[in-house]
Amino acid sequence: MDVILLQLLNGLDKGGAYALIALGLTLIFGTLGVVNFAHGALFMLGAFCAVSFNALLSLELVTIDPDKTTAWGTPLEIRTPYVEAYLGDFGAWLLNFSVPVSILLAIPVMLLVGFVMERGLIKHFYNRAHADQILVTFGLAIVLQEVVKSIFGANPIPQSAPETVRGAADIGAVLGFDPGVIVYPYWRMVYLGFAAVVIAAVFAFLQFTTFGMVVRAGMADRHTVGLLGINIERRFTIVFAIAAVVAGLAGVMYTPILPPDYHMGMDFLVLSFVVVVVGGMGSLPGAVAAGFLLGILQSFASMNEVKAILPGIDQIIIYLVAVVILLVRPRGLLGRRGVMES
Amino acid sequence: MATQTSPMRDYIFFAVFAVAVLTMPVWLEPIGAGYPDLLQKFAIFGLFATGFNLLFGLTGYLSFGHAAFLGVGSYTAVWTFKLLGMNPIPAAIMAVIASGLFALAIGYVSLRRSGIYFSILTLAFAQMSYNLAYSVLTPITNGETGLRVLQSDPRLFDGSTESDGPLLSNLFGIEMTGYAGFYFCAVVLLIGFFIAQRIFRSPFGIMLRAVKTNQNRMTYTGLNPRPYTLAAFVISGMYAGLAGALMCITDPLAGAERMQWTASGEIVLMTILGGAGTLLGPIFGAALIKYFENIFSAFNEQTLHEIFGFLPDWIEYPIVSVSSLFVGEGWHLTLGVLFMLIVIFLPGGLMEGIARIRKLFRRKPGKAEPSGAAAPAE
Amino acid sequence: MSLIRKPLNRRSILRAGAMGGAALATPTVFTSSAWSAPYLNEPKGGEVTFGFNVPQTGAYADEGADELRAYQLAVKHINGEGDGGMLNTFSSKALGGNGVNGKKVAYVTGDTQTKSDAARASAKRMIEKDGAIMITGGSSSGVAIAVQSLCQEAGVIFMAGLTHSNDTTGKDRRANGFRHFFNTEMTGAALAPVLKNAFGTDRKAYHLTADYTWGWSQEGSIKKYTEALGWNTVAAVRTPLGAGDFSQYLTPVLNSGADVLVLNHYGKDMVNSLTQAVQFGLREKQVNGKQFEIVVPLFSRLMAQGAGDAIKGIFGSTNWNWSLQDEGSQAFVKSFGQEYGFPPSQAAHTCYAQAILYADACQRAGTFEPCAVAAALEDYEFDGLGNGPTLYRGADHQCFKDVLVVKGKENPSSQFDLLEVVEITPRAQVEYAPDMEDVKGDLGTCNNGA
Repeated sequence: MDVILLQLLNGLDKGGAYALIALGLTLIFGTLGVVNFAHGALFMLGAFCAVSFNALLSLELVTIDPDKTTAWGTPLEIRTPYVEAYLGDFGAWLLNFSVPVSILLAIPVMLLVGFVMERGLIKHFYNRAHADQILVTFGLAIVLQEVVKSIFGANPIPQSAPETVRGAADIGAVLGFDPGVIVYPYWRMVYLGFAAVVIAAVFAFLQFTTFGMVVRAGMADRHTVGLLGINIERRFTIVFAIAAVVAGLAGVMYTPILPPDYHMGMDFLVLSFVVVVVGGMGSLPGAVAAGFLLGILQSFASMNEVKAILPGIDQIIIYLVAVVILLVRPRGLLGRRGVMES
Repeated sequence: MATQTSPMRDYIFFAVFAVAVLTMPVWLEPIGAGYPDLLQKFAIFGLFATGFNLLFGLTGYLSFGHAAFLGVGSYTAVWTFKLLGMNPIPAAIMAVIASGLFALAIGYVSLRRSGIYFSILTLAFAQMSYNLAYSVLTPITNGETGLRVLQSDPRLFDGSTESDGPLLSNLFGIEMTGYAGFYFCAVVLLIGFFIAQRIFRSPFGIMLRAVKTNQNRMTYTGLNPRPYTLAAFVISGMYAGLAGALMCITDPLAGAERMQWTASGEIVLMTILGGAGTLLGPIFGAALIKYFENIFSAFNEQTLHEIFGFLPDWIEYPIVSVSSLFVGEGWHLTLGVLFMLIVIFLPGGLMEGIARIRKLFRRKPGKAEPSGAAAPAE
Repeated sequence: MSLIRKPLNRRSILRAGAMGGAALATPTVFTSSAWSAPYLNEPKGGEVTFGFNVPQTGAYADEGADELRAYQLAVKHINGEGDGGMLNTFSSKALGGNGVNGKKVAYVTGDTQTKSDAARASAKRMIEKDGAIMITGGSSSGVAIAVQSLCQEAGVIFMAGLTHSNDTTGKDRRANGFRHFFNTEMTGAALAPVLKNAFGTDRKAYHLTADYTWGWSQEGSIKKYTEALGWNTVAAVRTPLGAGDFSQYLTPVLNSGADVLVLNHYGKDMVNSLTQAVQFGLREKQVNGKQFEIVVPLFSRLMAQGAGDAIKGIFGSTNWNWSLQDEGSQAFVKSFGQEYGFPPSQAAHTCYAQAILYADACQRAGTFEPCAVAAALEDYEFDGLGNGPTLYRGADHQCFKDVLVVKGKENPSSQFDLLEVVEITPRAQVEYAPDMEDVKGDLGTCNNGA
C-alpha cells in the first residue's frame, strides 16, 4: 500500500514537471503553428538563470593568505561571498533562497529571450514548412547550449533548495500511517504546487482575459481574426514570450532536483514532444492530462513487482503508452482536427 | 534539373554522379577528407539519406525513427557474419530483408496517422528499440559494448579456415576495409541512387508526390494512398537497413546508440540541409554533416596555430582564440550556426544554393528558372 | 600522405607467406624488437604522432577536456618542455626529455562523443589520415572496448583512458590494448573491508544499477565482496541510462528493509541519483536500528562537484586523487596546477600516466613497432607515477596498483577539495588471477598492422 501511495506521489510529481515543460510547447504549436525544437533549450536557459543568479550572489571577495600555498605552489586564496560580507544576514538569507528568488530574474530574462527569438527568427518561419522550422530551431538549440557550455562547462552544477525545504517530509504520519513510512522531499511537493499554480495561471490568463480571448480566437481561425483588424501578430509575440517564461520557470524550479548542465534541454526535448502529442497538438488541457498520465504510468512501471513480470518495461513505458493512445485516439487525448496533421 | 527530364539526361546525370563518387578519394584529398573511413561514411550516409528522402522527400511523411532500421540492419549483418561467415553479400541481403520486415510492421501501424502524429509514432518505436537493445536485449545485441564477431562464432562457411587475426568482412578474399571497403560502399550507393532515380521518375514516384501534394484529392479520385506510402516506407527502411549493413561490413561492430533519437534526427537534418525532395541534396547534406563531425572536431589549438601561423602574432592569437570556439570541442556550435544560416538564407537547402549559383552563371533574364528545381520540403 | 595502408595487414601477409611456401615466420618474430620489417604508420622524419581520442561533446566533455590537458602536458614533458612533471619521479629514466627515440612527439585530437561509432570513426581518422602510431583516451568502457578492438584490427597500440568495467581487460582484452585505470573487481575488493569497518557485517544492501555493461560489472563485484562479508542483498534494480529523475526507483528503497543503498551509477546518473537520494531523506533514516548509508563505488572528483553537498561522508573508490602526498602525485599536481590553475582529475592522471608509460616503453624497446612496444609494457614494474609500485600484468594488460578508498569530505577547504582518502588498499589485496571466472578472456596475438 505504502509503495503504491509513494509511486502515486512520484507520478504526480513527475506529471507536474512534464505538464509544465510541455505547456509552453503546446501553446506555441496551438497558436503559432511552429514546431519549436528549441523549447528544451528554453528550459535549460531558465535553469541557468538560477545558476547565474547563484553564481552572482556567490561572487567572492578574494584575499590572499601569504602564509599558505596550494598544492601546486601558488598562494592560497581565501574567499568570502560579497553578499555576506556587505549585506550580512540578509545576504545569507538571499543565498539560501537563491533558487526561488531567481524566479524574479528568470521572468524578465525569459520574456526578453522569447521576444527576441520570436521577432528575430520564429516570425519569419510562420509560413515555412515544418521541416524548415525543425532545422532552424534545432540549430538555435545547439547554438544556445554550446554558448552555455562555453561559459559554464559541461558538468552539472549543483543548486540547493532553501534549507527549510531541503529534507523530506513525513506525510504518512499525517495520513495515519506509521511514522517514517511515507516520506517525500519537501522540494518536490513545492515543485508540484508551483506547477499547479503556473498551469492554473496560464489557463486563467487565456480563459478570462480579453487578450486570452483574442489568442484563442486566433488559434481557431487566424485569418478571420486578422480581417477583424486585430493585430494578431503582436499577440503571438507575447504568447511566445509567455511560453518561454513558463519553460524557463520550469527549469529554474527543477534545478534542486536535477543539477543543471548544458545538455538538459535536449534530454527533455523528446519527452516534452511525446507529452504534447499524446495530449493532442495545441491542446493545453490535453498536455496537462498527458503529463500526469505519463508520469504516473512511468512511476508504476518502475515498481520491482511490475518489472519482475515485464523486464525492461520501465524503459519503454512512455513510448508504449504514446503508441497505444495515438492508435486509439487519432489526435491524442484532446487534440483538434487538422492541427499538424499534414 | 529535376524539372526537365528525359531518359537521356538522367543517364548522363547518373554517369557524372558515378564518376564523381568513384573519384572521391582524389578530389576530396585537398580538403582533408580523402581517407577511407570518412569516404565510407560519405557513401553509407549518402545511401541512408537517399533512402530517407524517398519517404520524406516524396510523400512528405517525416519519420523520426529511421535510425531503428539502420540499427536492425547492423545487428542482422553482424549476426549473419557470426552465423554464416564474413562474406558481405549475404549480410547485406539479410539486413535488407530484416529491416524491410521491421519497417513493414512499424509502417503498417504508424501510417495510420499523419503529420506530427506519424512522426511521434515512429520516434516511439525507435526509442523503444534503442532502450531495449541497450539493456534487456543484451543477449542479442551485446548492449553497450556492441555486437562483434568473435573467433568462437560458428561462421558456417568460413569458420574453420581462420584461426587467428582480426575478423574482417571479405568479399571472396578482398577485405572490406580501407579503399576496398569504400569502393564496395560506393558501388552500393550507386545502385541505390540509380534505383532512387528510377523511383523518382516512375508512376509510383508520381503517385507518392501526389500523396504529398494533396492526399484528400487523391482519395477522392478513388486511389487509396496507404499502399503507396507503406511501400515507400518499407523501401526507405530497406535503404536504411542496407546502410546499417554497410557500416558493419566496413567495420564489424553494431552498437545500440545507432538507434537513438539523435541518430534519427541526424538523418532528418541531413536531408533537409541538403534539400529534401531532390536527388542529390540529401547526399550533400550527409557528406557535409559527416565532414564537420570528423574534420572540424579534430582541430585543436596546435593545428589552428599551424593554419594561422603565417599571420603576425598580434593577429594570430585573437584569431586562434576566436576560431577555437568553433572547432574541436566547439564543432557542435559551427554545426548549429550552419543549420540556421542555411535554412534562413537557402530555404531549399544546399540544392537551392546550387540552383542559385547556376542561375547566376546562366544570367538569361528572359528564361525564368522554375524554382521547383529545389522545391522546399513540406 | 601514403595511400592504401590498410588492406595489407599481418594476416594477409601470413596467408601470402603460407601460400608462397615461405612459412618460416613463426609468431615470435612478430614480438621481437630485432625484427625490423615495416609496421603500420611507422614514423618517418623527425616526428611521431599520438592520437588523443577524448569526449569533447556530451556528458563527459569536461572530463575529456581534462584528459586532453593532461595529454598536452605529457607531450610537453616528453619533448623536454616545462618542469618535467612525473618524468622526474618515474622509476624508469629512459626518457631524456628529447622526445621518443629521437623523434619529437606531435599529436592529433578527436571527439569520441562517448559513442562507439563516433569514437571508432575518430580513431580511424587518426590512423588512416593522420598516421597516428598510438590511440589513447576515452571516458567510458563501451567506447574503450570498441576502440581497443579497432586498434587491434588496425595494428596500433591502444592505451585506455578512463574505463572501469572489468571487460576492458577481462573478456574483451586485446593484445594491442593496455589499461592503467582500475576496475570494478578491484573496487569491490578494496571497498568491502572499509565498508565492513564502517558499517559492520550485518547489513542489507539495495542496489540501483545503471542498466548497461559497466553497471552490471560494478553491481556484480560489489555484491560478490559484500556478500562475502555477510551482507544481504535485498534487491538490485536496473535503472535506464540517463533517467534524470530517479524518484520512482528511490521510493521503493524507503520501506524495503534495506539499510545501505549502493548506487552503481557514474557521471550524470550518479550526480542525479545521489542528489535525489539525499533529498529523500535517506541519510537521516534509521533502519533496523542502524543509520542508513549510501555507497557510490566509483567516485570521480570532477563529477562529484555536480552533486554538491550530497557527497559529504559517502564512501567510494577512486583511481587517484590530487591530495595524495607521494612524490609523483605532488610533482604532477604541481606542474598541472601551474599550467592550468586547478588540480587534475583522476581521468587526467590516468591519461598522463598512459602517455608517459607508452613513450617510455617505446624508448626502452628502441622502436615504435607495436609488438615490440607491447612486449616492453608487458609485466613491466614501475613506480613514481602516483599509485605506488605498479605492475603492468602481461596476461591481461591490466595495471595492478594500490586502490584508493575515499569519502566525501565534510569540510572542504576549496571547491576542488572534495574527497578525503580513507584508506590506500595495498596492491596485494586487489590482485586476482587473470583467468578468474568473470574476467577470463583471450588476448589474441599482437598485430602491428604491416
